[in-house]
Amino acid sequence: MIEATGIKEIIKPENLVYRKTNIMTDNILSYCPGCGHGTAHRILAEIIDELGLQSETIGVSPVGCSVLLYNYLDVDIQEAAHGRAPAVATAIKRLLPDKFVFTYQGDGDLAAIGTAETIHACNRGENILIIFINNGIYGMTGGQMAPTTLVGMKSSTSPFGRDVKTMGNPLKMTDIVATLEGTYYVTRQSVHTPANVKKTKKAIRKAVQYQKLNKGTCFIEIVSNCPSGWRMTPTQSNKWMEENMFPFYPLGDLKVPKE
Amino acid sequence: MEKELRLMKGNEAVAEAAIRAGADGYFGYPITPQSEILEYLMEANPSQTTGMVVLQAESEVAAINMVYGGAACGKKVMTSSSSPGISLKQEGISYIAGAELPCLIVNVVRGGPGLGTIQPAQSDYFQSVKGGGHGDYHMIVLAPASVQEMADFVDLSFELAFKYRNPVMMLSDGAIGQMMEKVYLSPQKERMKVFPDWATTGKPATRARNIITSLDLDSDGMEQHNRDLQAKYQVIREKEVRLEEFQTSDAEYLLVAYGTSARVCQKAVQLLRAQGIKAGLLRPITLFPFPTKRINELASKVKGILSVEMSAGQMVEDVLLAVNGKVPVKHFGRLGGIVTTPEEVVDNLKSEIIKG
Repeated sequence: MIEATGIKEIIKPENLVYRKTNIMTDNILSYCPGCGHGTAHRILAEIIDELGLQSETIGVSPVGCSVLLYNYLDVDIQEAAHGRAPAVATAIKRLLPDKFVFTYQGDGDLAAIGTAETIHACNRGENILIIFINNGIYGMTGGQMAPTTLVGMKSSTSPFGRDVKTMGNPLKMTDIVATLEGTYYVTRQSVHTPANVKKTKKAIRKAVQYQKLNKGTCFIEIVSNCPSGWRMTPTQSNKWMEENMFPFYPLGDLKVPKE
Repeated sequence: MEKELRLMKGNEAVAEAAIRAGADGYFGYPITPQSEILEYLMEANPSQTTGMVVLQAESEVAAINMVYGGAACGKKVMTSSSSPGISLKQEGISYIAGAELPCLIVNVVRGGPGLGTIQPAQSDYFQSVKGGGHGDYHMIVLAPASVQEMADFVDLSFELAFKYRNPVMMLSDGAIGQMMEKVYLSPQKERMKVFPDWATTGKPATRARNIITSLDLDSDGMEQHNRDLQAKYQVIREKEVRLEEFQTSDAEYLLVAYGTSARVCQKAVQLLRAQGIKAGLLRPITLFPFPTKRINELASKVKGILSVEMSAGQMVEDVLLAVNGKVPVKHFGRLGGIVTTPEEVVDNLKSEIIKG
């Protein structure tokens, strides 16, 4: 633990401006500095805390950087096989329909190996929340090309940049699931600025409400960064994300309930 | 309550027994020759009676992962398939074994490899008994030889699965799945109301969060987990062996066979005895744990053993290990979906063991 000089003197209730939510554990995050996962975890945890959902929540973590989600959120969590989280969550929700069930998946997990599970869970309209972290790369395995890697973007398996002729096009899974009858609320957000954090939090809160009303699948993409995989500083990566990811993956709602 | 007598296909018996066993969920995908299980459950619509969830998944892969999700909630869940579909499930089965989750997987075996044939076979023994997926693990494997056992082993499978927090496979075949026999069905059991303390059911303030995972990035932890799994499998080996013997007390020659082959061999024993040859049959009911000890004991009393299986010779390896060189052991079986006849078994025992 890092302790700045004199920090003990200023820890007083009247000086409190921010407090870690109880749903986040004290485990040290395994994420690289500047990565969006930590922020995404925190806002999810804050919502579980604020809405009093701890005893109602069952999460499903993926294979990838967020495989250790269960170390960080103080809720019941199942660790699924690569890409299978929507199938796992389907059964949880069918068997425990009163619980709040979410999956938290990266782009390789959700948009490559788990394409079938994702599309079919959404198409059945399973009453689950799918949180999809899209950073255009396989982070944990060391920066390989993902289905979401942009055209021309370099990775360890597209060292000269993604070539559409041989490697195909980046896949917009969120756009695909928005076309399915089973999805109720589909939105694409980010967590790289305070304003965007607020919007994403609002989106998750809505998804929780919709799940309570059995409305169908809610799907929230969070376009995020991968400073290590992108070989950039955190600041550079956020700038690069705004300039390159957002034009191809524009932020905003793709499907909103007709209310 | 009395048992109800019905005439049913093996596959239908599994489905009806699952409802009556108080199963919470079934997740399946159509494949011949086991599709009647899913069809029967959809028709029976137990969601309206017991509350059992029945879902047709988008793939075998999804179905086994639904089983993972349901089992991790402490629910009685199951899936069924036939050989090619079971191959697809292997990843999920490995995760289920690694995370120590109870469930039932029914394999109504058909001939392979590849797409193979839709006719009955017993060529998935290695896959079922030795692991199948990656890593050091075992399922408990039960081999029914009748429609009655197809029904009875559903409840037994759930009992063993929860007792050991381990996946259980019912290794049947296309003949038993498709044939009709009379079956006594147990009365309806209530679905479980209390769930195991490890289940992910939502964390109350009174306990720590439950985590279901097969991952441990710390190698020391992973080695210990593997040692714990092996210790559990050893207990299963010691306590859960099930077998049936037919005319072994004075037998000079022993047939070892399970499932459909065991029924064929029972007839073969009768034919052999009519010819004055003292033959007997040992039918393993559990393939894991294998009745190694009993086969070794019988090997001290007989002159030779024929392992009969509708495969190119898989179970025979376990028979050889059990016999440990005491007497000659040979394999006989038809392949590719052909059911062995009793006469073929008789001829083979005579030519390979008695005269050999």
